[in-house]
Amino acid sequence: MNLTSSHISMPLLMGNSLNAWSEALVGFNPMGLPLGLVILAAIPLVFIALYSLTYGVYGERKISAFMQDRLGPMEVGKWGILQTIADILKLLQKEDIVPTSADKFLFVIGPGVLFVGSFLAYAVLPFSSAFIGASLNVGLFFAIGITAIEVVGILAAGWGSNNKWSLYGAVRSVAQIVSYEIPAAIALLCGAMMAGTLDMQKITLLQSGSYGFAHFFLFQSPIAWLPFLIYFIASLAEVNRAPFDIPEAESELVAGYFTEYSGMKFAVIFLAEYGSMFMVSAIISIVFLGGWNSPLPDIGSFALNAWTNGPVWGVFWMIMKGFFFIFVQMWLRWTLPRLRVDQLMYLCWKVLTPFAFVSFVLTAIWVVFVP
Amino acid sequence: MQELDIAGMGSTRVTRKGNNLVVLEKDLQTEQMVLAMGPQHPSTHGVLKLECLTDGEVVTHAEPYLGYLHRCFEKCCENVDYPAIVPYTDRLDYLAGMNSEFAYAITVEKLLDIEIPRRVEFIRVIVAELNRIASHLVAIGTYGIDLGAFTPFLFCFRDREIILSLLEWASGARMLYNYIWVGGLAYDVPADFNKRVMEFVTYFRPKTVELYKLLTENEIFVKRTRGIGIMPADVAINYGWSGPMLRGSGVKWDLRRNDPYSVYPELDFEVPVPDGKVSDIGDCLSRHLVRALEMEESLKIIEQCIDKMPSAEGFNARSAVPKRVRPKAGEVYGRAENPRGELGFYIQSDGKSTKPLRCKARSSCFVNLSAMKDLSKGQLIPDLVAIIGSIDIVLGEVDR
Repeated sequence: MNLTSSHISMPLLMGNSLNAWSEALVGFNPMGLPLGLVILAAIPLVFIALYSLTYGVYGERKISAFMQDRLGPMEVGKWGILQTIADILKLLQKEDIVPTSADKFLFVIGPGVLFVGSFLAYAVLPFSSAFIGASLNVGLFFAIGITAIEVVGILAAGWGSNNKWSLYGAVRSVAQIVSYEIPAAIALLCGAMMAGTLDMQKITLLQSGSYGFAHFFLFQSPIAWLPFLIYFIASLAEVNRAPFDIPEAESELVAGYFTEYSGMKFAVIFLAEYGSMFMVSAIISIVFLGGWNSPLPDIGSFALNAWTNGPVWGVFWMIMKGFFFIFVQMWLRWTLPRLRVDQLMYLCWKVLTPFAFVSFVLTAIWVVFVP
Repeated sequence: MQELDIAGMGSTRVTRKGNNLVVLEKDLQTEQMVLAMGPQHPSTHGVLKLECLTDGEVVTHAEPYLGYLHRCFEKCCENVDYPAIVPYTDRLDYLAGMNSEFAYAITVEKLLDIEIPRRVEFIRVIVAELNRIASHLVAIGTYGIDLGAFTPFLFCFRDREIILSLLEWASGARMLYNYIWVGGLAYDVPADFNKRVMEFVTYFRPKTVELYKLLTENEIFVKRTRGIGIMPADVAINYGWSGPMLRGSGVKWDLRRNDPYSVYPELDFEVPVPDGKVSDIGDCLSRHLVRALEMEESLKIIEQCIDKMPSAEGFNARSAVPKRVRPKAGEVYGRAENPRGELGFYIQSDGKSTKPLRCKARSSCFVNLSAMKDLSKGQLIPDLVAIIGSIDIVLGEVDR
């Protein structure tokens, strides 16, 4: 696993011109504000988040429909493809209701903080060799840390609603997310150990090579499947997806922490949920499945890997891998019942965390002794 | 500085300043919260309201409040003729209208002491058992939703739809049939009805297996229901439980066997009770299992009825329907095994009027729900939801 110069320069070749342009924009600092950076990074990322919402929701409805012998949305556009846009337009027109007894400040900022928490992590996701919002050298650490802000948003929303169901949802959610961060972070650390860096772009680069998927960390060590699995399960809990959707358990807590929300605020919470679904899917693809690297191997003179790599292909692979994990999340959601709150904690502290430690030690041994 | 227990609110650190006590630090105080679950709540299956006293997520006390769907059934009955009560009985347990009509019809027939044509009896049993399957499908499907599994619900409703269209074909209505009349039926079944019912039976057999694999054997489902809400058999009997609830506690009690009516004695079917292997006897999973197994028994009953049913030649569904129902003075209690338990009607006649002097319905859901207080003590909120779901209440029958 040596980082040779040819490794880096090849995919970055086309990116370099783009990077030069971006360097100029980054330097655009009117009144000391790094506005250029915001324009450069935030706007495309917002669009990615919005698309992952729009097609995430549509996909969820269609996939659940096919699993349940239904058609799903069929009316708005061909095969209902514009359904989510119609829904968003409807939500935009709704009256913005704040309950009279709610804590107005917390009630209003709750969805915002929630969205920021899930969206900030997009900054460090390398979507291709040429496109990353902020190439931090502690990118993975940043992603793990920043998503914890979501807890603040959920707690603010739940407490500010002044509704008992919301409070239950918020308290459950905080307990759940804070607990599951531990196995999730340890599992990601296994990937970071194999890479020897926390820089997301470098982690991805280390997984490129002509054998395609064989270079991915998941297939690089015999124990990588364990942190991979642990992170996948923990990420389900972190984004409140079934079977760990107890903070918004519909049949128990009405709608959990967003019971009182309607209109656009509800839409923002929804956006944050789908945003973080894509976010955790992207992180698992980057750390264990090679991020924007093509999974196709070269077969003899048939250079499949070289043909399907590059900055534009990178975006394709990244989004495809992300959507694959989103599909698995949906698949689980529409198949499994919900765990109880104590069973959830049992799973976290007595199953996932010990196994995360085991995989941590084993990966360390592997990295040190089996180069 | 000293520690004091002020008014039983836990220890409080205080210090003395001159003659006054100054509170430095209060101990963490927790208090119980009243949580109104319902009448608008996704898993109270209608308009049941449970007022829960909760300590964190633990329910220390739950009190059911009823009456949000009270429609004065019993008073209405005193003001209409005997046959006109039949549509009202549909609205008791609206998920099993045929069974309610059946129970009412056999009660009034007992009072009138009239003979019913054999074909009528078989048709009654077929439609009642079809409706039992439909009702159990709703119970199982919504139980899945209560525990967070949405897909089994839609699978159940897909199959229930076939039953509803069969019953609609026979009676003209999907849920509120007015099909089983006192002394007969509104109409004979359509010509190809038996064939279509047999098609349904062959279609539905594999679906029960699918449902079993998807829900009943699911690891998380079993974790959520096994050992939750255990009701011992003796307490269940004391509460007057009946139907799948009582059988879930291991008591083999089915009115179709123990107090047979109609043609049930001629039919061969099992009364499923849990054996304690896959579930703990008396828990939520047992009650769910009993319902799942009963559907298969109902299929068996339907098949036998179609085999044994006399032909439609020269048959008039209304031949035994009395022109005017005016029973002799007296009283009668008739009961039948409904999907949710024993539905009984107590009717008193003064011998002069064509209207009952008194008509009381003994509702299974109401009686089953009365144990809620005992069952819910010390449970978590998610378990409370699982317990309500396993009781399988229909508020139309609870409130009447």
